[in-house]
Amino acid sequence: MNWKIPAGLLVVALAYPFIFRSNFAINFGVLVLFFALIGQSWNLAGGFGGQLSFGHAVFFGTGAYCSTILQLKLGWNPWLGLAASAAAGALVGALIAALSFRFGLRGSYFALITLAFAEAFRILTNAVEFTGGGLGLLIPLKRGAANFQFAERIGFYYTILALTALSIGIAIWLKRSRFGARIAAIRENEDAARALGIDTYREKVKVMALSGSLCALGGTFYAQYYLYIDPSLAFGVDKSVEMLLVSMIGGTGTVYGPLIGSFLITLVGEYTRAVTNAQGLSLIIYGGLLILIIGFLPNGLVDLFKLRRRSKARA
Amino acid sequence: MDATILGAAVINGLLLGGSYALVAVGLTLIYGVLHIINFAHGSMLMLAMYGAYFLLVKAKIDPYAAIPLMALVMYAGGYVLYRGVIGRFSQGRDENILLITLGLSIVLENVALFFFTGDSRNITVSYSDRMVALGPALVPLPKLVSFAASLALCAALAWFIARTDTGRAIRAVAKERHGARLVGIDVEKTFAVSYGIGIACLGAAACLLIPTFYVSPSVGHLFVIVAFTIVVLGGMGSFVGALLGALIIGLTESLSGLLLGEALGQIGISLIFILILLFRPTGIFNK
Repeated sequence: MNWKIPAGLLVVALAYPFIFRSNFAINFGVLVLFFALIGQSWNLAGGFGGQLSFGHAVFFGTGAYCSTILQLKLGWNPWLGLAASAAAGALVGALIAALSFRFGLRGSYFALITLAFAEAFRILTNAVEFTGGGLGLLIPLKRGAANFQFAERIGFYYTILALTALSIGIAIWLKRSRFGARIAAIRENEDAARALGIDTYREKVKVMALSGSLCALGGTFYAQYYLYIDPSLAFGVDKSVEMLLVSMIGGTGTVYGPLIGSFLITLVGEYTRAVTNAQGLSLIIYGGLLILIIGFLPNGLVDLFKLRRRSKARA
Repeated sequence: MDATILGAAVINGLLLGGSYALVAVGLTLIYGVLHIINFAHGSMLMLAMYGAYFLLVKAKIDPYAAIPLMALVMYAGGYVLYRGVIGRFSQGRDENILLITLGLSIVLENVALFFFTGDSRNITVSYSDRMVALGPALVPLPKLVSFAASLALCAALAWFIARTDTGRAIRAVAKERHGARLVGIDVEKTFAVSYGIGIACLGAAACLLIPTFYVSPSVGHLFVIVAFTIVVLGGMGSFVGALLGALIIGLTESLSGLLLGEALGQIGISLIFILILLFRPTGIFNK
């Protein structure tokens, strides 16, 4: 294993706020890392595990609502809420996976049922009282690092950096561990994997729990960063699609794909917002990119780097 | 509960189901022949609704008179889209097609957002507010027309598939694509034709919906889960199943809205969808 890439990336990421000090630049960094985190969470299940999900927002929203409700209704510290979210995300991931895989859903059918779960959660939070209904929940302003509300944006930057680094660390571990090898076997050929003695059901539930847990961390971070959450933001189709796009465009089943995808998507998003007021342009580009990537670069933009390295090695 | 309210809810539910039927039949045809899940179905319906909207507003063409034109335009659009994008880029993998149609829906929806903004628009025609007494319910005339026309078009499509040469080719390809190729059927063309017909259903459905509905770039979302639920419920690829499924889902939506209230009522469809996927992913009418 080559440790130069992750170490180099970490140094760059740690130094970034000292080189680019403007609020805009720090916010940009936060967004890149945030989308890299939720994209990586999707990638663990959808890329490494091959379990295509159209409803990952269900975990994101679970995380966002879990910590926020604990904080508002029970007075929990949001850092404790973050840990609770991770547990809740893992639980919801395991439950949905256990149900779906127990009944043998695969491929497109699995994608559809995750979508249905996200919708059910969205409608439920929209309808019941203690989630604030359609109005959503507003977290009262009380600045302080102990309260997960940093006075300077840089605090949020290093928090999301830690979470994203954790997600990439997990992806690296997955690539090298026996567990990772087992889910790769399931992705490539589930029947063959079972014939080799792999408990495919168990492994798939485990990877979904892991993925759900990471995604929920992203949800709590989102709620604390914007201090507001509502059912569509948390459980909407758009969130599920964003995670999938980041991962698909960068490269599914790769360690750095979500980071690359997130960087590109954030760049395009901020740039289009700067040049035009019209809505939708950035998403037109993302959708087009998704189609082109599936058509021409099925392993994502990561492949561009690999191709270059391979041709260099040959020369 | 008051029998009149219940009766009215049942009638409204059936009418609602009727307007879903055409959308679902298009989806099930595409699945039955190409074995792909067309995630772009909702956004194509949205485009067709904008088409019907602008035909009335700019060219003063009544939505009902626009049905043949919109069906034809959508057919051509679907045909070209299949030939140019879906068939070409998917490399024959199921998940890829799902993702490509997802990409298409993102593009279409945001092209609409870009050009038409996020405002919802609706139209008024002379018959918009005309009410008809139907048993215990007072229903808007356009909903009744939509129900009847939707079922009639489904029947016409079923006849077309059963009786014409193109229909036979479509059925042959759906059953056994290699065999169909061996007897000289142009399989790729039949795929594109089937996709086109599935999308043409949306052109007609849009014209029937627009007098009583609104259109916005995200209006397709309302129909995506509903249409998938219907199609899975009725058995992917089954015409009759889609028709019955549409009526069942219309009833469910109306009754769960009545029993659980406006906000929570929408959950009925998602729950049915989850249960059907878990317990009978082949549909309730399949053995």
